[in-house]
Amino acid sequence: MQSFSEIDITSKRASKAAGFDWGIAEEVGKNMRNLEMFGLPGVKNLNLYLQKIKKNPTEKPKKIEKENKPQSKEFCPIYCGTTFLDDCKMLERLSRIKFINVSYPLLFLPFISRASEIVGKKISVQYEKNNFLLNFDKTIFSKNIKNSEVVSLAKEVFIEFLENNNSFSIQEWKELYKLSEKTFVEETESSKKIGAGAGLTDND
Amino acid sequence: MSKTNIKFRDPSVVMKLSRLGSFHQSKLSFLRSFIREFKEWNYKRNLFDLDKNGYGTAVYSFEKNGRNYSLVCFAQHIDPNERSDRVIATKWDAAFVLHDGVPTRADIDRLRDNVPKQEIGRVSYKELTLSRANKSVRVFEHVVNSLSQGHQPDKNLLNKVGYLYRTTAVYGSGKFGLADRFRIKDRKEICGPFRLEMMLVYLVRQFTFDQVNHIAKSRNPDKAITLDKNIARNLGIGNSTGLGMAPFIVNHPTLFSNWIYCREKALKDIRSIEYVNTDDFNLFKDCFNKSKLSLDSWLTDSQYQINKINSLKSDLLKFTQYLEKDCSAKIGYLWNKIYLWAEKNLHEECIEYIVSMMMEPYDKIIDPLINEMSSEEEKYFNIPAHRKISELKAIIENNYKSIINIDFKEKKNTANFWFISRNKEEPRVANRYKEYGSELEQPLAIARDIKLLYERLVKAKPTDTVADFLLNNDDVRHVVRRAFIVEKFPYSEIQDNTIGASLVPIDMLRLKLSFFGAIKFDPRSDKWLRINMYQGAPLPHEMKLSNDTWVYNSLR
Repeated sequence: MQSFSEIDITSKRASKAAGFDWGIAEEVGKNMRNLEMFGLPGVKNLNLYLQKIKKNPTEKPKKIEKENKPQSKEFCPIYCGTTFLDDCKMLERLSRIKFINVSYPLLFLPFISRASEIVGKKISVQYEKNNFLLNFDKTIFSKNIKNSEVVSLAKEVFIEFLENNNSFSIQEWKELYKLSEKTFVEETESSKKIGAGAGLTDND
Repeated sequence: MSKTNIKFRDPSVVMKLSRLGSFHQSKLSFLRSFIREFKEWNYKRNLFDLDKNGYGTAVYSFEKNGRNYSLVCFAQHIDPNERSDRVIATKWDAAFVLHDGVPTRADIDRLRDNVPKQEIGRVSYKELTLSRANKSVRVFEHVVNSLSQGHQPDKNLLNKVGYLYRTTAVYGSGKFGLADRFRIKDRKEICGPFRLEMMLVYLVRQFTFDQVNHIAKSRNPDKAITLDKNIARNLGIGNSTGLGMAPFIVNHPTLFSNWIYCREKALKDIRSIEYVNTDDFNLFKDCFNKSKLSLDSWLTDSQYQINKINSLKSDLLKFTQYLEKDCSAKIGYLWNKIYLWAEKNLHEECIEYIVSMMMEPYDKIIDPLINEMSSEEEKYFNIPAHRKISELKAIIENNYKSIINIDFKEKKNTANFWFISRNKEEPRVANRYKEYGSELEQPLAIARDIKLLYERLVKAKPTDTVADFLLNNDDVRHVVRRAFIVEKFPYSEIQDNTIGASLVPIDMLRLKLSFFGAIKFDPRSDKWLRINMYQGAPLPHEMKLSNDTWVYNSLR
């Protein structure tokens, strides 16, 4: 099998050869390493996308808004990704963002995954019945995705910054906490006096 | 002397190529730290299945607490005209791979099919480093012949060459299917950089001794003797190194910075010692005096290196006089005094030689630094694009002072370009105005691209974010990333023009090789050189009792 290092370097060089600048190609290399590490078909998608843009160039977004529509062609997932990543702290305020007509949208994902780590929030992404939950660039949970099927165009991509809420109820938490209390030792008068580090008076 | 506040040396001085190309091995060097780390491990020769000519398979290992690293060696016959040190070679006298664990029969068979092919073979995530080597034919045959006749080889000849085999590449970190570093990076014993590469070379050295002994015995079973241990100890492994190493230090800025930072931190801490212990000062003088003896056996045909060695010799004479006349352990801040004197009176080659020597007495300063010499490079990859243009501009003005004054409209300042050869995927440098291919230039012209970035930033709105700027400036994105790295890692950037007409690429190679711990740099052109590794190092069965200053016992 190919090492992740080989995947990174080869993806970077291939992206440069396809016309991206070195700085962008570096991003792609790192992203392909991440996608493959998460078990998603990055190399397959990148290969197809770089072949496609030889004949049908895609479009770079000028600035990301709440809703983004290409002027004439399809959006480039790599340029969408770098722009999203660079501006993610501002984009977080928009909460929900929509892109129309994104080519090979899987290639957009690792940028958003890295943005999730930067802003410290989980991000959900949906396109063409594929659902992803991006967790601080540590994992990507996916639903309905089949690795053998490549989505070459997403008519709509929905991105949502998720608030840092609990996934459990207060009652569930209380029950768990109560159980955890069984590891505590009942305090005595004597242990109160000598067991704690701080003095009994602290008037300075 | 009053209390002294010693500062780190300025990167604009240290990071000049002429200075970096004057670095020497030191206590921080990777092959020395490898021996310190692995001296308590159990060494074993697990398999030695060579025919009478020395061709076949061998396995050597280090083991401790259930963890094994095994070197698998494949030696083969090659015709004299097939033996080449060039990276374009396709056949070697021996090929090696370091396997993670104990290889099974099936592993060895799989490796036998692939390892001798090197770049066109495939290895797996169970393998850690890969290499090949050629015999120094003259020395190898002389040693085998002598031993088979019952006498030891000619020491003068061995001193001239210094090794039986020369490696021409040592690969690691994911190349050709090898394990990615992330799989093993949390193992304590390999947290120093290139430790597994150092292990491979060390075990290869032992294989070369076992091979000559074996062939000699096969030739003349009744009369043959084995290579004297004192002679063996003074043989290392040669290495021919080309431009492949040069881009490495540009492509790994945080790692590179950590190496230099540790050296600078050691120097700063040593210069800050107010009272120097007499034993420590004596150890310094002892290492210094022994090391000087090596200069007469530092042989090279390169006029560039001959000039450097002559300058070093003449400076060392001056320094020796100064040391004898003006230095004693009674002087406060002695090391600082020595350093300041060296900066004022000596050339870079000798200054850095003395800096290396000054580390010798100080295990307590050096040992903790060894663990700081790796890097989690990924952590610093993202560009903090929310920051302002004014901040980025200030970073460049502070960290690339001399670079932004270079005029890249002058042809001499863009004379060269770096590219990757199709043949072996190896880096090369060529004249931009005479050779074909500059449109495929690698992103290694950092100085030129930083200057371009700076010129654009000057025209940009200072209150805009870097994200705003990058929307229309993809072509400088790679150096925007670097600028934010240099802000945190001031020693991450070479403060010179790596595409200028006056570039001496071997300065970049020598820098890296000095951190490896190589000695006797022998440039064969301005683009490749030969070195020696582990000359004088303890043999495997001697490691447990070895002293870290072994390197100075061998330099004669």
